[in-house]
Amino acid sequence: MRRLIQSKPTELTLLAVTVLLCLGLSVGTDRFLTIANAFDVLNVSAVNIIFAVGLLVVLISGGIDISFAVAASVVQYVTVLALLTLGGGNWAVGFIIAGCVGMGLGLINAFLIYRLQIISIVATISTFNVFFGLLMFVTKGVSIYNLPDWLATRFVFFEHEMADGSWIELTLPVVVMILCCIATSFMISRTTTGRKLYAFGDNPEGARRFGINIAAMHYVSFGWLGLMAGIAGLMQAHYAQEVVPNALYGRELDVLAATVLGGARLGGGKGSVLGCVLGVLLVSITQNGLNLMGVSPFAFKMIVGAIILAAITLSSTRFDKLLPKALQNSVRKGNHRS
Amino acid sequence: MAGVSPLLSLKNINVTFGGVRALKGVSFEVNPGEVHCLAGENGCGKSTLIKVITGVYRPQLGAQFTFDGKLIATMTPNLAQSLGIQVIWQDLALFGEMSVAENISFQLAVKGKYGLVDKRAIEEAARKALARLGVSLDLHLPLKELPIAQRQIVAIARALVGEARLVFMDEPTASLTQSEADYLIGIVRNLSDSGVAVVFVSHRLAEVLEISHRITVLRDGSMVGVYPVEGMTQSRVTELMTGRNFDSAVIAADHVDAPVVLSVRNLTRDGEFSNVSFDIRQGETLGITGLLGAGRTELALTLFGMRRPHSGEIIVEGQRVSFASNRDAIRAGIAYLSEDRLSLGLNQPQSIADNLVMASLDRILVGGLISSRRKAEVVSRWISELAVKIGKPHDPIRTLSGGNQQRVAIAKWLAIGPKILILDAPTVGVDVGARAGIFEIVRKLAAEGLSIVIISDEPPEVYFNADRVVHMADGCFKSVYDPRQISLTELESAVYA
Repeated sequence: MRRLIQSKPTELTLLAVTVLLCLGLSVGTDRFLTIANAFDVLNVSAVNIIFAVGLLVVLISGGIDISFAVAASVVQYVTVLALLTLGGGNWAVGFIIAGCVGMGLGLINAFLIYRLQIISIVATISTFNVFFGLLMFVTKGVSIYNLPDWLATRFVFFEHEMADGSWIELTLPVVVMILCCIATSFMISRTTTGRKLYAFGDNPEGARRFGINIAAMHYVSFGWLGLMAGIAGLMQAHYAQEVVPNALYGRELDVLAATVLGGARLGGGKGSVLGCVLGVLLVSITQNGLNLMGVSPFAFKMIVGAIILAAITLSSTRFDKLLPKALQNSVRKGNHRS
Repeated sequence: MAGVSPLLSLKNINVTFGGVRALKGVSFEVNPGEVHCLAGENGCGKSTLIKVITGVYRPQLGAQFTFDGKLIATMTPNLAQSLGIQVIWQDLALFGEMSVAENISFQLAVKGKYGLVDKRAIEEAARKALARLGVSLDLHLPLKELPIAQRQIVAIARALVGEARLVFMDEPTASLTQSEADYLIGIVRNLSDSGVAVVFVSHRLAEVLEISHRITVLRDGSMVGVYPVEGMTQSRVTELMTGRNFDSAVIAADHVDAPVVLSVRNLTRDGEFSNVSFDIRQGETLGITGLLGAGRTELALTLFGMRRPHSGEIIVEGQRVSFASNRDAIRAGIAYLSEDRLSLGLNQPQSIADNLVMASLDRILVGGLISSRRKAEVVSRWISELAVKIGKPHDPIRTLSGGNQQRVAIAKWLAIGPKILILDAPTVGVDVGARAGIFEIVRKLAAEGLSIVIISDEPPEVYFNADRVVHMADGCFKSVYDPRQISLTELESAVYA
């Protein structure tokens, strides 16, 4: 237990904040604390969690990406057009196309950052504009509504009617999200590649001296995010049952905030899948709760922003710093030699 | 050590960079299990030699390189690794967010079977390496939670996982306190007892003499000689390194007739220092020495207005002062040379000229704008006054040597015309030869009437350069000595007791 607290302080704080928020909401509204609502939150959050675990890998390796959400829009469009040209296709073909196109776009970012030595934030702001501009120019902003049937049909793994008449549903995006989480978690913590990513993000010069292949680190991290973005794009199209070119525009900042909230460090070397999931869920739960409480949707952004600020302050500041001065000193003397 | 065949032997090593000969016919030999010191000023070729031995640089034809009795035709970094030659760089190259175990066994962590991480093997190897050093650390703690001294140990343990037979340590004690350095020296002894040869590079000559069996001295890329440590003294090593003889003499003098410039009465900051009282007269130099953590820098920062005292008085020229920030202190004529020149004292990417006028910008204004003519005047005045060796005033300050950077840092403060100059560790990262130059400046300034406080880890620095020496420990002034009435050894044993 002590070890857990030591190694995952951010995640634990976040969990505590989430639990407190849930407690508050279940007192505030009677519909919050139901299993059906919990599944609702999961279904809504699935796409963002897939994005977040992809972004996590890039953040761990010391990079940042602004372009992945619009890249996912490009993926949606290209995939659906390709499927329609192929005469429909199926889930397997859909995943392969979406994954490959997404990864390809990620590799473009990696190429710009590694070969052309452009810092990642500038490179991906550029590709953000290029991807989105191209998409809008080519599509003239026209949405696609006639998706292939298999893609537009809701795919429910498990459903159950509760005693009160509400339904719980385990949908495809949630299952895919769980698989993405497991895969990412395995990759970053169990494979040597994952450990190299952490090392490279932590201390690039140190990693270089160990002979770690720096090019590979860039291509793996941005390729992985591209893959996740492609999958997330496909899931979002499935969830919305349409492809709207600017549907994901602006999503990158929500996901970035949630991922950093979950303990990933801008600058590299730190972050976990659990943190990502909690970060995204905290934001979703807030929105869900506000909805149930009947708060005006116009106030959502403001409140979500405030919650993110509060949570990040709690998890990044050492608690003893928030205590009054006198107590602070005694805490410091007790457990810290300076 | 007669009769022992050397583990490593280099003969006739020549290296040239763009026409400059970095190493000229150097020979170097290390015996198994020996602690060997490589001494010399910055730029003498120490790091070049280490890079030749680890295969980073290739020497010119005619070099002879044997390891463990076998002739090595061409050394490469990979070959060096597989022979067990390991380097612990000064910056350690560790990973702050990773656990102690992963840092120690990093080579295993990135070379698992089927690309998978074998956690058990990692921990096992880490535990073994630490056991060999006779140390126990929490293997699961993130590295960044460890103090610097223990990070050093992690770096050494990491070398052991790589089956080290020869370990180079580049300035391993530079950022350690005395007791931490002593601990590290114990570890190096264990290492050497277990048969691993250690090549030690350090500026702290006292510990070099304590730990090494032999010393190889380099100067300007040439070999000065190899000396057994018996019978060596610090001043002899300094002389060999610099080629000059530094006659140290106590300069302490009385200043009873001069007016008191700064008085401190019962100054206290809880948890940092308490009941500090002293006077400094015009033209007087006060030396403060003591171990790291004695509260020296905290006291200096309080005098400089960057921290507020909890009780006590600061009196400047008879006026009681209360500083809200260091701007007030500067206005009152107090200047403070930071102990961290690289990140706090100077703005490394900016030019020499910009750094020099940084504290005195308001003196070079004409009509609210910086006058480049007045700036140039100030810069050229101080450059010549302190004999700073520069190319052009527009060159970035990082192109200067440590000693010359420190001169600019001092000039930056002299340009405001201070009454009191506090020098915190003024010789850190400055070569032995250049240190004497810094203290020459200090003496000249004192003779001109400036009151100076020198804070230093190294008792000799204050002993030879101050009128009075304070021994500070645990936040208190333990005793005040007159260097004329105490020997250096007595002072050192008081400080290290």
